[in-house]
Amino acid sequence: VPNSMKPKKDVQPGTLALMVLKTLDVLGPLHGYGIARRIEQISGDRLFVNQGTLYPVLLRLEQEGAVESDWGPSENNRRARFYRLTRAGHKLLETEKQDWEQTAAIIARFFEVKAEDLA
Amino acid sequence: MRTLKRLVARIWNFSTGRRGDARLREEIEAHIAMQAEDNLRAGMPPAEARRQSVLKLGAVEAIRERYVAEEGLPLLEHLLHDVRYALRQLRKSPGFTTTAVLTLALGIGANAVVFSVLNALVLRPLNVYLPGRLFAVEHKEHASYMQSYPDYIDYRDNNRTFSGMAAYDTADVAVVIGTSAVKSYGYLASGNYFDMLGVRPAVGRFFHASDEHGMNSAPFIVLSYDFWRSRFNGNPNVIGTTVSLNTHLFTVIGVAPRDFHGTELFFWPEYWIPLIDAAEIGYSPHFLANRSTHNLWILGRLKPSVTSQEASDDLNAISRHLAQLYPREDDDLDARLVRPGLMGDVWGDPIRAFLAAIMVMSALVLLAACANLGSIFAVRAADRTRELAVRLAIGASRGRILHALLTEAVLVSVAGGITGTLFATILLQLLSQWQPFADYPIHVLALPDRRVYVLALLLSVSSGLFFGLLPARQIWQTDAAQAMKSGGTSAGPLLRQFSMRDVLLAVQIALCTLLITGSFVAFRGMEGSLHTPLGFSPLGVTIAETQLNMGGYTEAQSWPVQKRMAEEAARIPGVSSAGLIDRVMLDNDCCGSESVYRQGTTDFRASQESFDAHNFSVSPGYFAASGTRLLAGRDISWQDKANSPEVAVVNATFAHLLFGNSPAVGQRFELFGGHLKEIVGVVEDGKYETLTEAPQPTMFFPLVQEMNSNDTALVVRSALPSVDVAAALNRMIDGIDPNIPLTVRTWPDVLDLALFPARAATGALAIMGLLAAMLAVTGIFGMAAYSVNQRMKELGIRIALGARKVQLMNAAIGRPILLLCAGCALGLVAGIFATGLLRQIVYQANPGDPAVLVGAVFTMALLGFAASAIPARRALSIDPSSLMREE
Repeated sequence: VPNSMKPKKDVQPGTLALMVLKTLDVLGPLHGYGIARRIEQISGDRLFVNQGTLYPVLLRLEQEGAVESDWGPSENNRRARFYRLTRAGHKLLETEKQDWEQTAAIIARFFEVKAEDLA
Repeated sequence: MRTLKRLVARIWNFSTGRRGDARLREEIEAHIAMQAEDNLRAGMPPAEARRQSVLKLGAVEAIRERYVAEEGLPLLEHLLHDVRYALRQLRKSPGFTTTAVLTLALGIGANAVVFSVLNALVLRPLNVYLPGRLFAVEHKEHASYMQSYPDYIDYRDNNRTFSGMAAYDTADVAVVIGTSAVKSYGYLASGNYFDMLGVRPAVGRFFHASDEHGMNSAPFIVLSYDFWRSRFNGNPNVIGTTVSLNTHLFTVIGVAPRDFHGTELFFWPEYWIPLIDAAEIGYSPHFLANRSTHNLWILGRLKPSVTSQEASDDLNAISRHLAQLYPREDDDLDARLVRPGLMGDVWGDPIRAFLAAIMVMSALVLLAACANLGSIFAVRAADRTRELAVRLAIGASRGRILHALLTEAVLVSVAGGITGTLFATILLQLLSQWQPFADYPIHVLALPDRRVYVLALLLSVSSGLFFGLLPARQIWQTDAAQAMKSGGTSAGPLLRQFSMRDVLLAVQIALCTLLITGSFVAFRGMEGSLHTPLGFSPLGVTIAETQLNMGGYTEAQSWPVQKRMAEEAARIPGVSSAGLIDRVMLDNDCCGSESVYRQGTTDFRASQESFDAHNFSVSPGYFAASGTRLLAGRDISWQDKANSPEVAVVNATFAHLLFGNSPAVGQRFELFGGHLKEIVGVVEDGKYETLTEAPQPTMFFPLVQEMNSNDTALVVRSALPSVDVAAALNRMIDGIDPNIPLTVRTWPDVLDLALFPARAATGALAIMGLLAAMLAVTGIFGMAAYSVNQRMKELGIRIALGARKVQLMNAAIGRPILLLCAGCALGLVAGIFATGLLRQIVYQANPGDPAVLVGAVFTMALLGFAASAIPARRALSIDPSSLMREE
């Protein structure tokens, strides 16, 4: 079955920013298209992202000081805006990651719980 | 921190108008191009590659929208957009805008003025340290606030609940500055006065309790800042110099701070002198020594954490003890704590009641203004139904449209509020500079402060929201399709809209009628006050007040001079009669009173007295000069000498109280201590302290037998112009002794002071009535004009079909007139029910008075006629043929 035929998931609110931060963390400075492609790639094409929605998120992160951006040449010498994680961005990613893991762990425990455990 | 950073960035973008739109476009362009290249590489045909790329990106406009929203402050942007839209709308109809702004300016301005005065007189405490802990000590009996010095000392020294207690009295003395004597007003204050209040001097020092070493031991004077600036040119070297007060020398020791105006809001002292020096400026030595002489006001500061109830219990315990110790003087002594500043509750209660009532009325004016604007806005909304429908149809949410309309309303109301507050500020500045009586230090300091501005702003915004929301329902129910089809004049919804406007107009008319009725009631009350029998006829009477003590005369020396003045005045050509009295009736410092006992009383405790009667001392000829009718017996004559039997003339109320219907002439009564007086004459009742008082028992003694003070007023009746009489009197006194200070006034001028509260109240009510009348006119006019406008076509058809004028009028303005009548009736009924409220404001308030009812109805009819005349004429002049052609 081709990937495109699998049902795609909508991005949960708030998680897109986290994905952006992590992508920049792992791959270093990237332009918007690059980030969009990587997110698609990492999620195994199972995530449905209206790629354009990335830009308001990037703007927001920039206003918060988590990323910085500048014009630069793309791989095929097109002018593109490159986004780079700042030190504040690293910190933000760290706390967001912990938050997320914590939430996930709690939810996981609820899923694993059996009636006997609560006797 | 992050949120803050973001907010700063947003505000920055918003305020600089910087937009990343170009950047976003470029980024998106690059994005699409890169995606398309990848698609090409994956083997798509070029056109399909680009199409897929664009699809994957999503709706560019939506992204831009979100991007822009992320970038700036969307709420504020919407608001600005609404404001711009509203301003455009308002500019399109300047007539409407001006009317609306002015209407609100009146409503909010009136509230700002009234609230400022209320704030200054009632809410804002005295300008001293911790004013909330200060209380005036009164007696339990209402308006009985004078205390004696010995009682004050006992209260001060024996209480456990006050950290300090001061006494003061007002005084007027002749201050000699340079070579001229000026009558000035100040306070006599106990030594601890300033320390207890916690006031610091601006220059020099204040006097303290430690300066008091027995009577007349501290000849010091502290000047008020204004007095120091105006009389001593603000010269700091004045400290240490002496000034002459009633010919006694006092050393200037200090100047009070600029913003300290004593402890009575209306009576700003020009100086303070120690109370123990009262005898030096001519007060009787008994003034401080006598326990039954009540002349002082007591002000106390509660100890921390003591409640006013505990303090008054404490003082009452002391009072009971004093009553046992001094059964003759302090028999029924008791104490009550009241808020200081307005002569206890003597002025405090009526002023508070009056201001509260006026505040209610100004709130009603604002409510009427809001009802007025509410209906105008409803009309505007109805007129714009089509426009609103179009906006709804092209996707505006009802919320946004409502938002826009509310913005318009609030904009109007804030503009009105600002205009009104500006007017109010100017008015209040005038009021604060105003001195109602040239020679009397009465001030009303009512400059608006932060509280007033906050209130004005709150009122503006809330009234804007109020009348803006009134037509909201209409917008909510607008059906775009329906409205566009029928062009906004469909009959169905119109009927519904009308009913709300009808109610608003009726409410407005009712409020206006109520206010106008109030004004009429006040006018009638005022008229009543002016025509109350005074017991004397002031017209044609000139009063020359001399203060012999200021000229250095002792009590014993005064009488021959006074007698000479009376005799010489009577001989002035053109003077029909002249006499002396010690206190001028209805003047501000009238009157004194004394306990009256039946003949044979030996127990002079207060509980044994028959009643308190005003006491006056007069010379022969006074009754003739004042125009007081003698009902029985004889006038006081020159034959009544110091050593002849003590006689009295009493008024009718006195005679009736003591002797019922049996003749009083020839009867005797006793004063405190067994002074026997024989009644030789009875005169008509009069008004002595206020125009509104009930008949008061009053007795008149020969000046030669009973000297209450050595201040006398020469009462001169003459047909000559008062200027000529004044000049003749001045020449006469100069001939007797040029050093005697003389103040000449006409009696009607003196009465101005007595009439002042009634006049002020009437003025305030008249202004409210005028505002109400203006609102009524605009309301009816707006309604009638709209009604005619909306029904032009119908009216044209009626004319074409041959309707008569009466029928036409009925159709055109019948409804406004009907509403006018309904509102009017409602307002009159409300007015009758509000009698109690009006009674607090004006003397003899009686809204059931036929003159008031007729006046109010007539005024409303006149207003209704004036307001609907123009629309009615328009309706009559409709030319059906041209109207039909237009359609």
